[in-house]
Amino acid sequence: MINKNNIKVILATDCGSTTTKAILIEYVNEEYRLTYRGEAPTTVEAPFEDVTRGVVNSILELEELSGRKIIKDDKIINKSTDLQGVDIYISTSSAGGGLQMMVAGVVKSMTGESAQRAALGAGSIVMDIISSNDGRKYHEKVKRIRDLRPDMVLLSGGVDGGTVSHVVELAEILASANPQPRLGKNFKLPVIFAGNNKAQNDIKKRLEEKLDLDIVDNIRPTLDVENLQPSRDKIHDLFMEHVMAQAPGYDKLMKWTSCPIMPTPGAVGEIIKKIAKIENISVLGVDIGGATTDVFSVFEDKFNRTVSANYGMSYSICNVLSDAGIENVQRWLNFDIDESSLTNQISNKMIRPTTIPQTLEDLKIEQALAREALRLSLEQHKKFAVSLKGVQQERTISDTFEQSMSGKSLVNMKNLDMIVGSGGVLSHAPRREQAFRILIDAFLPEDITQIAVDSIFMMPQLGVLSEVHEKAAIEVFNKDCLVRLGTCVAPLGNAKIGDEVLEYSIEINNQNISDVAKYGDMILIPCEYQSYKALFKCKNGFSLNGKKEFSTFISGGKVGIIIDCRGRPFDLYAKSLIKDWSIKTNEFPGEN
Amino acid sequence: MPKSYTPGLKILNNTIVYKKRILPISGNVHVNKNDKVNYDTIVASAEIPGNVQMLNVANELNIDPEQVPDCMLCKINEKVSKNQIIAKSKGLFGFFKTDIKSPVDGIIGNISDITGQVIISEKSEKIDIDAYLPGLVDDVVVSEGVVVKSIGTFIQGIIGIGGEKKGKLNISDLGPNIPHFKDLKKYENQIIVINGHLKYNFYELASKAGILGIVCGGVDYSTISKILGYPLGVAITGTEDVTTVIVTEGFGDIRMSDKTFNMLKNNVGKNVSINGATQIRAGVLRPEIFIGDNQSNSNVENFNEEKLIISIGSKVRIIRQPYFGTIGKVVELPKELVKMDTETNLRVAIVEFDDNRKVVIPRANLEVILSD
Repeated sequence: MINKNNIKVILATDCGSTTTKAILIEYVNEEYRLTYRGEAPTTVEAPFEDVTRGVVNSILELEELSGRKIIKDDKIINKSTDLQGVDIYISTSSAGGGLQMMVAGVVKSMTGESAQRAALGAGSIVMDIISSNDGRKYHEKVKRIRDLRPDMVLLSGGVDGGTVSHVVELAEILASANPQPRLGKNFKLPVIFAGNNKAQNDIKKRLEEKLDLDIVDNIRPTLDVENLQPSRDKIHDLFMEHVMAQAPGYDKLMKWTSCPIMPTPGAVGEIIKKIAKIENISVLGVDIGGATTDVFSVFEDKFNRTVSANYGMSYSICNVLSDAGIENVQRWLNFDIDESSLTNQISNKMIRPTTIPQTLEDLKIEQALAREALRLSLEQHKKFAVSLKGVQQERTISDTFEQSMSGKSLVNMKNLDMIVGSGGVLSHAPRREQAFRILIDAFLPEDITQIAVDSIFMMPQLGVLSEVHEKAAIEVFNKDCLVRLGTCVAPLGNAKIGDEVLEYSIEINNQNISDVAKYGDMILIPCEYQSYKALFKCKNGFSLNGKKEFSTFISGGKVGIIIDCRGRPFDLYAKSLIKDWSIKTNEFPGEN
Repeated sequence: MPKSYTPGLKILNNTIVYKKRILPISGNVHVNKNDKVNYDTIVASAEIPGNVQMLNVANELNIDPEQVPDCMLCKINEKVSKNQIIAKSKGLFGFFKTDIKSPVDGIIGNISDITGQVIISEKSEKIDIDAYLPGLVDDVVVSEGVVVKSIGTFIQGIIGIGGEKKGKLNISDLGPNIPHFKDLKKYENQIIVINGHLKYNFYELASKAGILGIVCGGVDYSTISKILGYPLGVAITGTEDVTTVIVTEGFGDIRMSDKTFNMLKNNVGKNVSINGATQIRAGVLRPEIFIGDNQSNSNVENFNEEKLIISIGSKVRIIRQPYFGTIGKVVELPKELVKMDTETNLRVAIVEFDDNRKVVIPRANLEVILSD
């Protein structure tokens, strides 16, 4: 057991799918502070295929910057002195990347597609649907399962109490294929059975020994009822437990750390929960990585977390392009680029995930994709974070082609107090204004919402630190991690370009800043992080906090206050407007 | 000092490769450990039993089950063809006879005088697994397959589509423009190398001309999506039934590195095994090209990752805009961070091009080109 009083130097790493980040926290002048940070590409790909290589590289950068010797003979030096060693080493990992699943169902267009919907809803990529009637022969199915190397399998089929033979045959195919986990030789491949309850014992007999079998309620208990939630929740849990953190060299890394490695979303979730609790507010958090985008929310004291394992900024970037569509990416660009160049540029990021934008246009493309990845991930999160979680939702046959989940989403942008962003594209955006814009363009907050970002992308490390040394984690979080960017004021309604929407008057440092914002306007009022008295009068049918006239206190921040009069729901795109918003919000250099 | 590694694909001249060749179901292994195998040697086979068709002959002929054997025109284990008459009723005074035809090609499995059912087993299907690479059997997995050890030229591509193909290697002498079909026909059943960019029309004609695989420097994202029939979302490929494509450098109009091209050129006319299967994620799977060589263990080349460290004098390719695809030499590695046009401060390298121009490039956007 670590004696907290003896902890003076903390080393923490986060092994992402693309980048490994190391931070050094030191006890200086009676408080814990972040002192140095290092970063290196994650080394899960050939030829290295060992996550610890990236960890060592990121720590070597820390050594160079801090002058502290941390590694000797490929080992962390335990116990700190003035010039060497650390007292604890902790780590999070999402190096395993996204979730790629195979689903199986007896009838392709029925249980097969229900299983597919459950997997997609859980943020997975569906590699293939195996079904009894898919026209492929037994051995072709076995070969396909082996070739694709899924991270997990969802097996469904048959209504409760119906015939068992077909679904058992699917289980036999699975048993013959005996798919091995892509990484981590010490565990079995997770398989979820969500089919005919009468077949459960037969399925156990065939799969339990070879695979890590979990049984949940039938995804299709009767022909006209679809019950996705239990499967989706189980997929999510197993992904967090077994798939996400795993990477080549993971066993070695586990031996280095002072406490168990935490999956990155688990660690960030801890921090988001703490913000909501300490400030007593509703929070929407996001961590956008290379392979996955994790969304967290606390509404009505209920915490929800989703990992969209199909959206990210490197490995999953083409999936963002494919799901969002090229037009939705282009709508955020204020310059012309032909479709072929744009798609080639994006797909090259997928195959060379550790490269970084050198030109402004390249940066704008990445940030456009970030907006879409966040938008799509929030959509998934809203479907997951529902009030009736755990209760079977009925879908009729006519609903089966809709992705919508029953149950009212807990995520209500009107009730949202704060958005917190983390991840390379947000934390390392050259201007904080860019992170502010990405978050509000993607999430479209309504009424009055505070916006914050993780200063240098260290929330995962602080999340795991909070489990072993809460005081250190909170001190560093408050002083060095959370950057309050400001507040977004977004009245609700729609109008014509140029119509008056919002009259505002804000007292900033004994000066009255007032004007009338028109529909389509984005106005940045730079002001520091403190509370300012504000008065708003809405016009032309717009409302703020459900009122026409509204007086309140709002906060500034590193960026300030952004008055966003683009209307909600938001559907306003034009190259000229995009450029105008960039200029007005001081987003990019050279555009004033 | 933290080492600045770059992504590295294996491009090796005389190296050892091990390949597992396993059946999808249990079967027979035909070779022994240390046996010499060629790329097309069948190393293991399995029989997939055919489907079973049940025919209620008693009902169809309106007779008692015990009368069924007397009405059968075929015996157990006899081969029958689809629509062949397999049973005939005796009729009334030799008239009003009813025929029963076999619904499938197969073998009579059983004739039951208790249930009146006749079972016809469809023909079983044979699955063969070949060695894929020429070499020696390094290990035998009983009833499942083998591990083949081979020595030769091994090249990994960056992305590919389509599965395993084997054929003679050739370099396309056709220009970048769309060739005539007859020009491509001379490469039928071969695997061809294009030094530059693969266009969709070229691919389509090549495919029609019976070319088994194409190795190229670059390809457009839209071309790959068009071949696949859907937009490529995540890089998981290899099971498509298409002419295999292996891209060595990346998306866009980009030439193949000289080292890769020359290695392929030196092997023209030899048998080559290729596989476009790609899975880009942790535990990555890259497309591969293998040309078996002299099978000698001497002077075997192993991958040396240290060669991928960027240092002054390294020959590098720029792998991101604005100089994507350009090749140069590292002439300086400044210690301090340098501010880019994006306003980001980064570790950079100064790269000199052939025309003596010097440019500042983030180190993360460089790929070391191993010397020839």
